[in-house]
Amino acid sequence: MSLDSGAVAAATTKQPPSHRAGKPALSEGKKAERRLGLWLCAPAAIIMVAVTAYPIIYAVWLSLQRYDLRFPADREFAGLSNYGAVLSSGYWWQAFLITVIITVVSVAIEFVLGLALALVMHRTIVGRGLTRTVVLIPYGIVTVVAAFSWQFAWTPDKGYLAAMLSEGSAPLTGQASAIAIIILAEVWKTTPFMALLLMAGLALVPDDLLKAAQVDGAGAWQRLTQIILPMMKPAILVALLFRTLDAFRVFDNIYILTQGSNGTGSVSMLGYDNLFKAFNLGIGSAISVLIFIAVAMIALLFIKIFGAAAPGSEPTGKR
Amino acid sequence: MTATAPANKKIGWGVINLLVILYALIPVLWIVSLSFKTADTITDGNFIPRSWTWSNYAQIFQIDLFTSALRNSIGIAIIATVIAVVIGTMAAYAIARLDFPGKKALVGVSLLIAMFPQISLVSPLFDIERAIGLFDTWPGLILPYITFALPLAIYTLSAFFREIPWELEKAAKMDGATPLQAFRSVIVPLAAPGVFTTAILVFIFCWNDFLFAVSLTSTSRSQTATVAISQFTGASQFAEPTGSIAAAAVLLTIPIIIFVLFFQRRIVAGLTSGAVKG
Repeated sequence: MSLDSGAVAAATTKQPPSHRAGKPALSEGKKAERRLGLWLCAPAAIIMVAVTAYPIIYAVWLSLQRYDLRFPADREFAGLSNYGAVLSSGYWWQAFLITVIITVVSVAIEFVLGLALALVMHRTIVGRGLTRTVVLIPYGIVTVVAAFSWQFAWTPDKGYLAAMLSEGSAPLTGQASAIAIIILAEVWKTTPFMALLLMAGLALVPDDLLKAAQVDGAGAWQRLTQIILPMMKPAILVALLFRTLDAFRVFDNIYILTQGSNGTGSVSMLGYDNLFKAFNLGIGSAISVLIFIAVAMIALLFIKIFGAAAPGSEPTGKR
Repeated sequence: MTATAPANKKIGWGVINLLVILYALIPVLWIVSLSFKTADTITDGNFIPRSWTWSNYAQIFQIDLFTSALRNSIGIAIIATVIAVVIGTMAAYAIARLDFPGKKALVGVSLLIAMFPQISLVSPLFDIERAIGLFDTWPGLILPYITFALPLAIYTLSAFFREIPWELEKAAKMDGATPLQAFRSVIVPLAAPGVFTTAILVFIFCWNDFLFAVSLTSTSRSQTATVAISQFTGASQFAEPTGSIAAAAVLLTIPIIIFVLFFQRRIVAGLTSGAVKG
Protein backbone atom coordinates (compact mmCIF):
# COMPACT_ATOMS: atom_id res chain seq x y z
CA MET A 1 0.00 0.00 0.00
CA SER A 2 0.99 3.57 -0.54
CA LEU A 3 1.49 4.28 3.16
CA ASP A 4 4.34 1.77 3.33
CA SER A 5 6.62 3.88 1.19
CA GLY A 6 6.11 6.81 3.57
CA ALA A 7 7.06 4.72 6.58
CA VAL A 8 10.16 3.39 4.87
CA ALA A 9 11.22 6.84 3.81
CA ALA A 10 10.74 8.06 7.38
CA ALA A 11 12.68 5.17 8.85
CA THR A 12 15.79 5.38 6.71
CA THR A 13 18.29 8.06 7.51
CA LYS A 14 19.57 8.82 4.07
CA GLN A 15 21.30 12.15 3.70
CA PRO A 16 19.46 14.55 1.42
CA PRO A 17 21.61 15.61 -1.53
CA SER A 18 22.66 19.21 -1.06
CA HIS A 19 21.31 21.85 -3.38
CA ARG A 20 23.79 22.60 -6.11
CA ALA A 21 24.47 26.23 -6.80
CA GLY A 22 25.37 25.83 -10.44
CA LYS A 23 22.19 24.01 -11.34
CA PRO A 24 20.72 24.62 -14.79
CA ALA A 25 17.79 27.06 -14.96
CA LEU A 26 14.71 25.88 -13.11
CA SER A 27 11.77 24.62 -15.08
CA GLU A 28 8.53 26.63 -15.05
CA GLY A 29 6.87 24.08 -12.73
CA LYS A 30 9.75 24.19 -10.26
CA LYS A 31 9.61 27.98 -10.17
CA ALA A 32 5.89 27.93 -9.50
CA GLU A 33 6.43 25.40 -6.70
CA ARG A 34 9.07 27.64 -5.12
CA ARG A 35 6.82 30.65 -5.32
CA LEU A 36 3.89 28.79 -3.77
CA GLY A 37 6.10 27.47 -0.98
CA LEU A 38 7.39 30.92 -0.14
CA TRP A 39 3.93 32.48 -0.19
CA LEU A 40 2.48 29.77 2.07
CA CYS A 41 5.28 30.18 4.61
CA ALA A 42 5.46 33.96 4.52
CA PRO A 43 2.74 34.75 7.11
CA ALA A 44 4.16 32.32 9.69
CA ALA A 45 7.74 33.48 9.12
CA ILE A 46 6.85 37.19 9.27
CA ILE A 47 4.86 36.93 12.51
CA MET A 48 7.46 34.77 14.26
CA VAL A 49 10.37 37.01 13.29
CA ALA A 50 8.50 40.26 13.96
CA VAL A 51 7.53 39.24 17.49
CA THR A 52 10.69 37.47 18.65
CA ALA A 53 13.69 38.87 16.77
CA TYR A 54 14.19 41.93 18.95
CA PRO A 55 13.46 40.22 22.32
CA ILE A 56 15.85 37.35 21.60
CA ILE A 57 18.67 39.61 20.37
CA TYR A 58 18.08 41.94 23.32
CA ALA A 59 18.29 39.05 25.81
CA VAL A 60 21.55 37.82 24.28
CA TRP A 61 22.92 41.38 24.32
CA LEU A 62 21.98 41.77 28.01
CA SER A 63 23.75 38.54 28.85
CA LEU A 64 27.00 40.14 27.67
CA GLN A 65 26.65 43.14 29.98
CA ARG A 66 27.27 43.81 33.59
CA TYR A 67 23.81 45.11 34.39
CA ASP A 68 22.24 45.05 37.83
CA LEU A 69 19.13 47.18 38.36
CA ARG A 70 20.26 47.89 41.89
CA PHE A 71 23.41 49.52 40.54
CA PRO A 72 22.29 50.86 37.13
CA ALA A 73 25.26 53.24 36.86
CA ASP A 74 27.69 50.30 36.77
CA ARG A 75 26.31 49.06 33.46
CA GLU A 76 29.07 48.08 31.04
CA PHE A 77 30.00 45.53 28.41
CA ALA A 78 31.35 42.47 30.16
CA GLY A 79 31.98 39.95 27.41
CA LEU A 80 31.46 36.40 28.52
CA SER A 81 32.12 37.07 32.21
CA ASN A 82 28.46 36.52 33.18
CA TYR A 83 28.66 33.08 31.63
CA GLY A 84 31.86 32.39 33.53
CA ALA A 85 30.19 33.46 36.77
CA VAL A 86 27.19 31.21 36.18
CA LEU A 87 29.15 28.17 35.01
CA SER A 88 31.55 28.32 37.94
CA SER A 89 28.72 28.59 40.45
CA GLY A 90 27.59 25.60 42.49
CA TYR A 91 23.98 26.86 42.37
CA TRP A 92 23.86 26.49 38.60
CA TRP A 93 25.15 22.90 38.60
CA GLN A 94 22.91 21.91 41.50
CA ALA A 95 19.86 23.31 39.65
CA PHE A 96 21.09 21.74 36.42
CA LEU A 97 21.28 18.30 38.01
CA ILE A 98 17.79 18.61 39.53
CA THR A 99 16.42 19.78 36.18
CA VAL A 100 17.98 16.83 34.34
CA ILE A 101 16.55 14.38 36.88
CA ILE A 102 13.06 15.88 36.66
CA THR A 103 13.20 16.01 32.84
CA VAL A 104 14.46 12.47 32.26
CA VAL A 105 12.20 10.77 34.81
CA SER A 106 9.02 12.65 33.94
CA VAL A 107 9.41 12.44 30.16
CA ALA A 108 10.16 8.69 30.37
CA ILE A 109 7.09 8.03 32.50
CA GLU A 110 4.96 10.31 30.34
CA PHE A 111 5.95 8.54 27.14
CA VAL A 112 5.02 5.08 28.40
CA LEU A 113 1.86 6.29 30.12
CA GLY A 114 0.95 8.54 27.21
CA LEU A 115 1.31 5.70 24.72
CA ALA A 116 -0.87 3.48 26.89
CA LEU A 117 -3.51 6.21 27.20
CA ALA A 118 -3.32 6.88 23.45
CA LEU A 119 -3.93 3.20 22.69
CA VAL A 120 -6.89 3.14 25.06
CA MET A 121 -8.37 6.34 23.62
CA HIS A 122 -7.81 5.13 20.07
CA ARG A 123 -9.04 1.56 20.38
CA THR A 124 -11.72 1.63 23.05
CA ILE A 125 -15.13 0.53 21.82
CA VAL A 126 -17.23 2.01 24.62
CA GLY A 127 -17.44 5.60 25.83
CA ARG A 128 -14.77 6.88 23.45
CA GLY A 129 -15.79 10.55 23.53
CA LEU A 130 -16.05 10.55 27.31
CA THR A 131 -12.66 8.88 27.84
CA ARG A 132 -10.89 11.15 25.37
CA THR A 133 -12.34 14.27 26.88
CA VAL A 134 -11.70 13.31 30.49
CA VAL A 135 -8.09 12.31 29.78
CA LEU A 136 -7.42 15.81 28.44
CA ILE A 137 -8.87 17.64 31.45
CA PRO A 138 -5.61 17.64 33.50
CA TYR A 139 -3.84 19.40 30.65
CA GLY A 140 -6.68 21.90 30.42
CA ILE A 141 -6.63 22.97 34.04
CA VAL A 142 -4.82 26.23 34.79
CA THR A 143 -1.30 25.04 35.64
CA VAL A 144 -0.80 27.24 38.66
CA VAL A 145 -4.08 26.19 40.23
CA ALA A 146 -3.36 22.51 39.61
CA ALA A 147 0.03 22.92 41.26
CA PHE A 148 -1.59 24.75 44.14
CA SER A 149 -4.09 21.93 44.64
CA TRP A 150 -1.23 19.41 44.81
CA GLN A 151 0.53 21.59 47.35
CA PHE A 152 -2.65 21.73 49.42
CA ALA A 153 -3.15 17.97 49.11
CA TRP A 154 0.36 17.19 50.37
CA THR A 155 0.39 19.71 53.23
CA PRO A 156 -0.15 18.07 56.63
CA ASP A 157 -3.59 18.78 58.17
CA LYS A 158 -4.81 20.41 54.98
CA GLY A 159 -4.75 17.71 52.35
CA TYR A 160 -6.16 14.26 51.71
CA LEU A 161 -2.85 12.85 50.47
CA ALA A 162 -0.85 14.01 53.48
CA ALA A 163 -3.54 12.47 55.68
CA MET A 164 -2.69 9.05 54.21
CA LEU A 165 0.94 9.32 55.28
CA SER A 166 2.20 8.56 58.75
CA GLU A 167 1.72 11.23 61.42
CA GLY A 168 4.23 14.06 61.35
CA SER A 169 5.62 13.55 57.86
CA ALA A 170 5.81 16.61 55.63
CA PRO A 171 6.71 15.30 52.18
CA LEU A 172 7.18 18.74 50.61
CA THR A 173 10.06 19.59 52.92
CA GLY A 174 12.36 16.66 52.08
CA GLN A 175 14.44 16.91 48.92
CA ALA A 176 13.75 13.45 47.48
CA SER A 177 10.07 13.35 48.39
CA ALA A 178 9.52 16.91 47.17
CA ILE A 179 11.14 16.09 43.83
CA ALA A 180 8.96 12.98 43.57
CA ILE A 181 5.88 15.16 44.13
CA ILE A 182 7.07 17.68 41.53
CA ILE A 183 7.50 14.83 39.04
CA LEU A 184 4.06 13.44 39.92
CA ALA A 185 2.47 16.85 39.34
CA GLU A 186 4.34 17.24 36.03
CA VAL A 187 3.43 13.76 34.83
CA TRP A 188 -0.23 14.07 35.75
CA LYS A 189 -0.51 17.48 34.16
CA THR A 190 1.30 16.92 30.85
CA THR A 191 0.81 13.23 29.98
CA PRO A 192 -2.41 14.21 28.12
CA PHE A 193 -0.30 16.39 25.79
CA MET A 194 1.82 13.37 24.92
CA ALA A 195 -1.23 11.09 24.70
CA LEU A 196 -3.10 13.41 22.35
CA LEU A 197 -0.18 13.78 19.94
CA LEU A 198 0.45 10.01 19.98
CA MET A 199 -3.25 9.29 19.45
CA ALA A 200 -3.29 11.50 16.37
CA GLY A 201 -0.24 9.52 15.20
CA LEU A 202 -2.15 6.28 15.74
CA ALA A 203 -4.90 7.62 13.52
CA LEU A 204 -2.45 7.42 10.61
CA VAL A 205 -1.83 3.68 11.03
CA PRO A 206 -4.27 1.94 8.70
CA ASP A 207 -6.40 -0.76 10.32
CA ASP A 208 -6.07 -2.98 7.22
CA LEU A 209 -2.35 -3.24 7.74
CA LEU A 210 -2.75 -4.32 11.37
CA LYS A 211 -5.39 -6.86 10.42
CA ALA A 212 -3.16 -8.26 7.69
CA ALA A 213 -0.32 -8.58 10.20
CA GLN A 214 -2.63 -10.30 12.64
CA VAL A 215 -3.69 -12.77 9.97
CA ASP A 216 -0.02 -13.41 9.27
CA GLY A 217 0.39 -14.37 12.92
CA ALA A 218 1.97 -11.25 14.43
CA GLY A 219 1.22 -10.92 18.15
CA ALA A 220 0.07 -7.72 19.81
CA TRP A 221 3.58 -6.82 20.97
CA GLN A 222 5.03 -7.50 17.52
CA ARG A 223 2.37 -5.37 15.88
CA LEU A 224 3.17 -2.55 18.31
CA THR A 225 6.94 -2.61 17.88
CA GLN A 226 7.14 -3.63 14.20
CA ILE A 227 4.26 -1.68 12.64
CA ILE A 228 2.61 0.87 14.93
CA LEU A 229 5.67 2.51 16.49
CA PRO A 230 7.71 2.81 13.27
CA MET A 231 4.76 4.35 11.44
CA MET A 232 4.20 6.79 14.30
CA LYS A 233 7.82 7.92 14.30
CA PRO A 234 7.14 11.52 13.20
CA ALA A 235 4.40 11.90 15.83
CA ILE A 236 6.68 10.41 18.50
CA LEU A 237 9.45 12.84 17.56
CA VAL A 238 7.17 15.85 17.90
CA ALA A 239 5.67 14.63 21.19
CA LEU A 240 9.01 13.75 22.82
CA LEU A 241 10.79 16.83 21.49
CA PHE A 242 8.26 19.42 22.62
CA ARG A 243 7.63 17.70 25.94
CA THR A 244 11.37 17.53 26.71
CA LEU A 245 11.85 21.18 25.79
CA ASP A 246 9.05 22.12 28.17
CA ALA A 247 10.10 19.75 30.94
CA PHE A 248 13.62 21.15 30.93
CA ARG A 249 12.17 24.59 31.56
CA VAL A 250 9.94 23.35 34.43
CA PHE A 251 8.89 26.33 36.50
CA ASP A 252 5.25 26.66 37.60
CA ASN A 253 5.02 23.43 39.57
CA ILE A 254 8.25 24.04 41.48
CA TYR A 255 7.39 27.69 42.07
CA ILE A 256 4.13 26.74 43.76
CA LEU A 257 5.08 23.43 45.39
CA THR A 258 8.41 24.23 47.05
CA GLN A 259 9.58 27.69 45.88
CA GLY A 260 12.79 25.85 45.07
CA SER A 261 13.66 25.31 48.72
CA ASN A 262 15.55 22.26 50.05
CA GLY A 263 17.51 21.83 46.84
CA THR A 264 14.51 21.47 44.50
CA GLY A 265 15.11 24.52 42.29
CA SER A 266 15.37 24.10 38.51
CA VAL A 267 17.47 26.19 36.12
CA SER A 268 14.37 28.22 35.19
CA MET A 269 13.80 29.01 38.89
CA LEU A 270 17.40 30.22 39.06
CA GLY A 271 16.88 32.43 36.00
CA TYR A 272 13.64 33.82 37.41
CA ASP A 273 15.21 34.59 40.77
CA ASN A 274 18.06 36.49 39.14
CA LEU A 275 15.85 38.42 36.70
CA PHE A 276 12.85 39.28 38.84
CA LYS A 277 13.99 38.99 42.44
CA ALA A 278 17.64 40.02 42.44
CA PHE A 279 17.15 42.28 39.36
CA ASN A 280 20.49 41.16 38.02
CA LEU A 281 19.61 41.33 34.34
CA GLY A 282 23.07 40.39 33.08
CA ILE A 283 23.34 37.16 35.07
CA GLY A 284 19.65 36.34 34.59
CA SER A 285 19.94 36.71 30.82
CA ALA A 286 23.10 34.62 30.75
CA ILE A 287 21.20 31.85 32.57
CA SER A 288 18.40 32.10 29.99
CA VAL A 289 20.87 31.76 27.12
CA LEU A 290 22.51 28.79 28.84
CA ILE A 291 19.10 27.14 29.26
CA PHE A 292 18.51 27.78 25.57
CA ILE A 293 21.84 26.16 24.66
CA ALA A 294 21.11 23.11 26.83
CA VAL A 295 17.65 22.75 25.29
CA ALA A 296 19.06 23.19 21.78
CA MET A 297 21.53 20.37 22.39
CA ILE A 298 18.67 18.12 23.52
CA ALA A 299 16.69 19.02 20.40
CA LEU A 300 19.65 18.29 18.11
CA LEU A 301 20.12 14.95 19.82
CA PHE A 302 16.49 14.01 19.20
CA ILE A 303 16.62 15.08 15.58
CA LYS A 304 19.82 13.05 15.09
CA ILE A 305 18.22 9.98 16.64
CA PHE A 306 15.04 10.30 14.61
CA GLY A 307 16.89 11.22 11.42
CA ALA A 308 14.65 11.74 8.44
CA ALA A 309 11.50 11.78 10.56
CA ALA A 310 12.23 15.43 11.34
CA PRO A 311 10.18 17.99 9.42
CA GLY A 312 11.85 19.55 6.40
CA SER A 313 14.56 16.90 6.22
CA GLU A 314 13.53 15.65 2.79
CA PRO A 315 15.21 17.36 -0.14
CA THR A 316 12.09 17.42 -2.27
CA GLY A 317 8.42 17.41 -1.41
CA LYS A 318 6.53 14.17 -1.75
CA ARG A 319 4.00 13.97 -4.52
CA MET B 1 -15.95 -4.31 13.92
CA THR B 2 -17.64 -2.15 16.55
CA ALA B 3 -21.06 -3.66 15.94
CA THR B 4 -19.94 -7.24 16.37
CA ALA B 5 -17.81 -6.75 19.49
CA PRO B 6 -18.72 -9.36 22.09
CA ALA B 7 -20.17 -8.24 25.40
CA ASN B 8 -17.24 -9.31 27.58
CA LYS B 9 -14.86 -7.31 25.38
CA LYS B 10 -17.05 -4.27 26.00
CA ILE B 11 -16.93 -4.85 29.75
CA GLY B 12 -13.16 -5.19 29.57
CA TRP B 13 -12.85 -1.85 27.80
CA GLY B 14 -15.32 -0.35 30.27
CA VAL B 15 -13.06 -1.33 33.18
CA ILE B 16 -9.94 0.03 31.44
CA ASN B 17 -11.71 3.30 30.64
CA LEU B 18 -12.87 3.61 34.22
CA LEU B 19 -9.30 3.24 35.51
CA VAL B 20 -8.08 5.85 33.05
CA ILE B 21 -10.87 8.23 34.02
CA LEU B 22 -10.16 7.80 37.73
CA TYR B 23 -6.46 8.49 37.18
CA ALA B 24 -7.26 11.69 35.33
CA LEU B 25 -10.09 12.88 37.53
CA ILE B 26 -9.14 12.29 41.19
CA PRO B 27 -6.89 15.36 41.43
CA VAL B 28 -9.54 17.36 39.56
CA LEU B 29 -12.25 16.26 41.98
CA TRP B 30 -10.03 17.51 44.79
CA ILE B 31 -10.10 21.00 43.23
CA VAL B 32 -13.86 20.71 42.74
CA SER B 33 -14.17 19.65 46.38
CA LEU B 34 -12.14 22.67 47.54
CA SER B 35 -14.40 24.93 45.49
CA PHE B 36 -17.47 23.71 47.39
CA LYS B 37 -16.00 23.84 50.90
CA THR B 38 -16.95 26.54 53.35
CA ALA B 39 -14.27 28.89 54.61
CA ASP B 40 -13.92 27.13 57.97
CA THR B 41 -13.70 23.58 56.61
CA ILE B 42 -11.43 24.25 53.65
CA THR B 43 -8.30 23.23 55.52
CA ASP B 44 -9.77 20.09 57.13
CA GLY B 45 -8.12 17.74 54.62
CA ASN B 46 -11.30 15.81 53.82
CA PHE B 47 -11.59 14.68 50.23
CA ILE B 48 -15.36 15.14 50.33
CA PRO B 49 -16.61 18.44 51.81
CA ARG B 50 -18.36 18.08 55.16
CA SER B 51 -20.49 21.12 54.49
CA TRP B 52 -21.25 22.30 50.96
CA THR B 53 -21.59 25.87 49.74
CA TRP B 54 -22.06 27.78 46.51
CA SER B 55 -20.65 30.95 48.01
CA ASN B 56 -17.23 30.57 46.38
CA TYR B 57 -18.89 30.60 42.96
CA ALA B 58 -21.26 33.43 43.87
CA GLN B 59 -18.31 35.42 45.10
CA ILE B 60 -16.24 35.35 41.92
CA PHE B 61 -19.09 36.71 39.85
CA GLN B 62 -19.36 39.66 42.19
CA ILE B 63 -15.91 40.64 41.03
CA ASP B 64 -16.40 42.76 37.89
CA LEU B 65 -12.90 41.97 36.75
CA PHE B 66 -13.65 38.24 36.44
CA THR B 67 -16.55 38.59 34.00
CA SER B 68 -14.64 40.91 31.70
CA ALA B 69 -11.56 38.70 32.04
CA LEU B 70 -13.60 35.67 30.98
CA ARG B 71 -14.77 37.56 27.89
CA ASN B 72 -11.20 38.58 27.06
CA SER B 73 -9.92 35.03 27.56
CA ILE B 74 -12.54 33.51 25.25
CA GLY B 75 -12.09 36.11 22.51
CA ILE B 76 -8.32 36.15 22.58
CA ALA B 77 -7.91 32.36 22.76
CA ILE B 78 -10.34 31.69 19.89
CA ILE B 79 -8.89 34.34 17.56
CA ALA B 80 -5.30 33.28 18.28
CA THR B 81 -6.15 29.59 17.78
CA VAL B 82 -7.90 30.14 14.44
CA ILE B 83 -5.09 32.31 13.04
CA ALA B 84 -2.31 30.06 14.34
CA VAL B 85 -3.91 26.92 12.92
CA VAL B 86 -4.60 28.49 9.51
CA ILE B 87 -1.13 30.00 9.15
CA GLY B 88 0.48 26.88 10.60
CA THR B 89 -1.42 24.64 8.18
CA MET B 90 -0.25 26.70 5.20
CA ALA B 91 3.37 26.61 6.31
CA ALA B 92 3.27 22.93 7.25
CA TYR B 93 1.76 22.00 3.88
CA ALA B 94 4.59 23.82 2.13
CA ILE B 95 7.22 22.21 4.35
CA ALA B 96 5.82 18.71 3.86
CA ARG B 97 5.11 18.84 0.12
CA LEU B 98 6.95 21.60 -1.67
CA ASP B 99 10.56 22.29 -2.49
CA PHE B 100 11.57 25.91 -1.95
CA PRO B 101 14.56 27.87 -0.61
CA GLY B 102 14.53 28.75 3.07
CA LYS B 103 12.55 25.70 4.16
CA LYS B 104 15.23 24.55 6.59
CA ALA B 105 15.63 28.10 7.91
CA LEU B 106 11.93 28.28 8.72
CA VAL B 107 11.96 24.93 10.53
CA GLY B 108 15.09 26.02 12.42
CA VAL B 109 13.72 29.44 13.40
CA SER B 110 10.48 27.97 14.69
CA LEU B 111 12.37 25.46 16.80
CA LEU B 112 14.58 28.25 18.14
CA ILE B 113 11.49 30.20 19.23
CA ALA B 114 10.12 27.10 20.93
CA MET B 115 13.39 26.66 22.82
CA PHE B 116 14.20 30.15 24.08
CA PRO B 117 13.15 30.66 27.73
CA GLN B 118 10.08 32.85 27.63
CA ILE B 119 10.78 34.57 30.95
CA SER B 120 13.70 36.45 29.41
CA LEU B 121 11.55 37.62 26.48
CA VAL B 122 8.70 39.28 28.35
CA SER B 123 10.47 42.47 29.36
CA PRO B 124 11.71 43.36 25.86
CA LEU B 125 8.24 42.46 24.51
CA PHE B 126 6.74 44.79 27.11
CA ASP B 127 9.04 47.60 25.91
CA ILE B 128 8.06 47.08 22.25
CA GLU B 129 4.35 46.92 22.96
CA ARG B 130 4.51 50.09 25.03
CA ALA B 131 6.35 51.84 22.22
CA ILE B 132 3.93 50.90 19.45
CA GLY B 133 0.72 51.08 21.48
CA LEU B 134 -0.09 47.36 21.59
CA PHE B 135 0.27 47.12 25.35
CA ASP B 136 -2.97 46.16 27.10
CA THR B 137 -4.88 45.42 23.88
CA TRP B 138 -6.23 42.17 22.41
CA PRO B 139 -3.74 42.13 19.51
CA GLY B 140 -0.99 42.70 22.07
CA LEU B 141 -1.70 39.23 23.46
CA ILE B 142 -2.92 37.54 20.29
CA LEU B 143 0.34 38.20 18.42
CA PRO B 144 2.64 36.61 21.03
CA TYR B 145 0.21 33.69 21.42
CA ILE B 146 0.24 33.01 17.67
CA THR B 147 4.02 33.31 17.64
CA PHE B 148 4.64 30.90 20.49
CA ALA B 149 1.98 28.45 19.31
CA LEU B 150 3.25 28.34 15.71
CA PRO B 151 6.35 26.16 16.28
CA LEU B 152 4.28 23.35 17.80
CA ALA B 153 1.59 23.81 15.14
CA ILE B 154 4.11 23.68 12.27
CA TYR B 155 5.90 20.64 13.69
CA THR B 156 2.75 18.68 14.45
CA LEU B 157 1.05 19.48 11.16
CA SER B 158 4.03 18.84 8.93
CA ALA B 159 4.65 15.52 10.71
CA PHE B 160 1.11 14.57 9.73
CA PHE B 161 1.06 15.97 6.25
CA ARG B 162 4.15 14.07 5.19
CA GLU B 163 2.49 10.77 6.16
CA ILE B 164 -0.58 11.46 4.04
CA PRO B 165 -0.60 9.41 0.82
CA TRP B 166 -1.13 12.33 -1.55
CA GLU B 167 -1.28 9.92 -4.52
CA LEU B 168 -4.83 9.12 -3.45
CA GLU B 169 -5.84 12.61 -4.51
CA LYS B 170 -4.55 11.97 -8.01
CA ALA B 171 -6.33 8.60 -8.07
CA ALA B 172 -9.61 10.27 -7.12
CA LYS B 173 -9.14 12.83 -9.91
CA MET B 174 -8.55 10.01 -12.39
CA ASP B 175 -11.78 8.44 -11.21
CA GLY B 176 -13.52 11.61 -12.33
CA ALA B 177 -13.61 13.75 -9.18
CA THR B 178 -13.06 17.49 -9.56
CA PRO B 179 -9.96 18.89 -7.78
CA LEU B 180 -12.18 20.32 -5.03
CA GLN B 181 -14.04 17.03 -4.59
CA ALA B 182 -10.79 15.12 -4.52
CA PHE B 183 -9.40 17.49 -1.89
CA ARG B 184 -12.54 17.38 0.24
CA SER B 185 -13.18 13.65 0.16
CA VAL B 186 -9.58 12.39 0.28
CA ILE B 187 -7.23 14.95 1.78
CA VAL B 188 -9.45 16.68 4.35
CA PRO B 189 -10.39 13.48 6.25
CA LEU B 190 -6.73 12.44 6.31
CA ALA B 191 -5.48 15.83 7.49
CA ALA B 192 -8.25 16.35 10.04
CA PRO B 193 -6.67 14.42 12.96
CA GLY B 194 -3.52 16.53 12.81
CA VAL B 195 -5.37 19.80 12.37
CA PHE B 196 -7.79 19.23 15.23
CA THR B 197 -5.08 17.91 17.55
CA THR B 198 -3.16 21.11 16.86
CA ALA B 199 -6.25 23.24 17.43
CA ILE B 200 -6.86 21.65 20.83
CA LEU B 201 -3.24 22.09 21.96
CA VAL B 202 -3.03 25.70 20.76
CA PHE B 203 -6.32 26.63 22.40
CA ILE B 204 -5.22 25.17 25.74
CA PHE B 205 -1.88 27.01 25.50
CA CYS B 206 -3.60 30.39 24.93
CA TRP B 207 -6.30 29.74 27.50
CA ASN B 208 -3.87 28.82 30.29
CA ASP B 209 -1.08 31.28 29.63
CA PHE B 210 -0.20 33.40 32.62
CA LEU B 211 3.27 34.79 31.89
CA PHE B 212 2.40 36.92 28.84
CA ALA B 213 -1.05 37.83 30.12
CA VAL B 214 0.30 39.19 33.39
CA SER B 215 3.14 41.15 31.80
CA LEU B 216 1.41 42.56 28.71
CA THR B 217 -1.93 43.68 30.15
CA SER B 218 -2.95 46.04 32.92
CA THR B 219 -6.71 46.71 32.82
CA SER B 220 -10.03 44.98 32.25
CA ARG B 221 -9.69 45.85 28.55
CA SER B 222 -7.50 42.85 27.96
CA GLN B 223 -6.70 41.12 31.24
CA THR B 224 -7.43 37.40 30.95
CA ALA B 225 -8.98 35.02 33.46
CA THR B 226 -5.72 33.49 34.67
CA VAL B 227 -4.54 36.96 35.67
CA ALA B 228 -7.86 37.74 37.33
CA ILE B 229 -7.53 34.57 39.46
CA SER B 230 -4.11 35.67 40.69
CA GLN B 231 -5.66 38.89 41.97
CA PHE B 232 -8.32 37.24 44.12
CA THR B 233 -8.12 38.30 47.73
CA GLY B 234 -10.79 36.27 49.50
CA ALA B 235 -14.02 37.37 51.18
CA SER B 236 -12.36 39.69 53.63
CA GLN B 237 -8.92 41.18 53.48
CA PHE B 238 -7.58 38.50 55.78
CA ALA B 239 -9.39 35.43 54.44
CA GLU B 240 -7.44 33.13 52.15
CA PRO B 241 -8.91 33.09 48.63
CA THR B 242 -8.40 29.30 48.26
CA GLY B 243 -12.10 28.55 47.77
CA SER B 244 -12.62 31.22 45.11
CA ILE B 245 -9.42 30.26 43.30
CA ALA B 246 -10.60 26.64 43.14
CA ALA B 247 -14.06 27.72 41.96
CA ALA B 248 -12.58 29.93 39.24
CA ALA B 249 -10.29 27.11 38.09
CA VAL B 250 -13.30 24.79 37.81
CA LEU B 251 -15.18 27.39 35.75
CA LEU B 252 -12.14 27.97 33.53
CA THR B 253 -11.95 24.25 32.75
CA ILE B 254 -15.50 24.10 31.36
CA PRO B 255 -14.72 25.88 28.04
CA ILE B 256 -11.79 23.48 27.56
CA ILE B 257 -14.07 20.50 28.09
CA ILE B 258 -16.56 21.88 25.55
CA PHE B 259 -13.78 22.61 23.07
CA VAL B 260 -12.29 19.12 23.38
CA LEU B 261 -15.69 17.38 23.28
CA PHE B 262 -16.43 19.25 20.09
CA PHE B 263 -13.17 18.46 18.30
CA GLN B 264 -12.04 15.05 19.57
CA ARG B 265 -14.48 13.30 17.20
CA ARG B 266 -12.38 14.42 14.28
CA ILE B 267 -9.30 12.58 15.57
CA VAL B 268 -10.15 9.18 14.16
CA ALA B 269 -8.33 6.69 11.99
CA GLY B 270 -8.13 8.81 8.87
CA LEU B 271 -7.59 6.32 6.10
CA THR B 272 -10.28 3.73 6.50
CA SER B 273 -13.03 5.74 8.13
CA GLY B 274 -12.35 8.68 5.84
CA ALA B 275 -12.57 6.49 2.76
CA VAL B 276 -15.93 5.11 3.84
CA LYS B 277 -17.58 8.24 5.21
CA GLY B 278 -16.11 10.61 2.66
